[in-house]
Amino acid sequence: MRNAECGLTAMIANYGYKDGSGDYFIAIDTDKCNGCGDCVPACPNSVFVVGEDPNDPLRDEPVAMVGEQERKKLKYTCNPCKPDHDRPPLPCVQACKLGAISHSW
Amino acid sequence: MSEKKEFWRWKEYRWHDESIDWKGADIISAGVDIGSVSSQAVIMADGKLYAFSNQRTGFDSPESANQSINWAMEGTGLTLKDIHYTVGTGYGRVNVPFADKALTEIACHARGGNFMYGPSVRTILDMGGQDCKAIRCDERGKVEAFLMNDKCAAGTGRGMEVFADLLSVPIEEVGELSLSVEEEPEPVSSTCVVFAKSEASALLREGWPKNKVLAAYCAAMAHRVVTLLERIEVKKDFAITGGIGKNSGVVKRLEQELGLESLKSNYDSQIAGALGGALFAQALEKKRRSV
Repeated sequence: MRNAECGLTAMIANYGYKDGSGDYFIAIDTDKCNGCGDCVPACPNSVFVVGEDPNDPLRDEPVAMVGEQERKKLKYTCNPCKPDHDRPPLPCVQACKLGAISHSW
Repeated sequence: MSEKKEFWRWKEYRWHDESIDWKGADIISAGVDIGSVSSQAVIMADGKLYAFSNQRTGFDSPESANQSINWAMEGTGLTLKDIHYTVGTGYGRVNVPFADKALTEIACHARGGNFMYGPSVRTILDMGGQDCKAIRCDERGKVEAFLMNDKCAAGTGRGMEVFADLLSVPIEEVGELSLSVEEEPEPVSSTCVVFAKSEASALLREGWPKNKVLAAYCAAMAHRVVTLLERIEVKKDFAITGGIGKNSGVVKRLEQELGLESLKSNYDSQIAGALGGALFAQALEKKRRSV
């Protein structure tokens, strides 16, 4: 618990949206994320970016985020990795060794 | 033809604390929140709220930012040069020409909510003009979890404006009127503003009175944001910022559905974002001076 040591608490950043058809959120546990960037090339549709945490101005370490232009279309962007049957493990979730990434659907 | 009344129009105003002499302040900081519907500028003197303005956003974000700050400074003798650090936030945060830094409204609402409602607040729901944010924070106003829905206008201030206009009810009276129903109607089935509006038209044609239609819409809006809030786990205490925080019809129904009372504040719930920005500006200016 790196952040716990310096007195900061974990933050779960939910990127995505809810619409009439369901909830489409990618959650990043920014306490686990160390900004290594392994998720960036792992995603075939380049959903992730790594940079300064816009929601925590006092954090020094970079952090992974869902790119701004992807946040409103995750249902479609992530679709190729989510077949109806025999869904393989998601490349982004697998690439993150620290287990910081999860999907709501 | 008689002049068309703008029922959606809410009160724009400014305020400053005449008991504070800003000239004696060490740090003057400002936060400017350019939202999709409304813009606020907050000026703080040594961490105390000194002045603010609250107005509609025009089509030109940089111009709205200039107008907001100028209106907040009006009559105080302050000029832009006297402000040491300015943080821009909100939807139009990158378009604040005089800002030293742009921060997301998530961080700013948590910090502003912490100031307005006190350190006991853990869950903040910001119901803005065109999006809806659920934020969980700690006792210092640091974000622990957040979720923002800006893909659709359901459950937002703009949706409420559309309904005020449709029913010719001044927006400030929507809440009270919706609570005047004897029995709660079924919520409208769709929260999408466009679908809900046509559903409401059908209800009116069936002979539903205005208050019942508004009750059905407020209930649908409350239910929708509750499902968003559940994702970040609601913890006590709970507070609502943004314009909808002033709509008792949505607030009461939300409280009922959550089984939680929301905190009340003497501050205007619409300034939370700009206030948080000004607080960050104060901290960032201190940091800048210490290096």
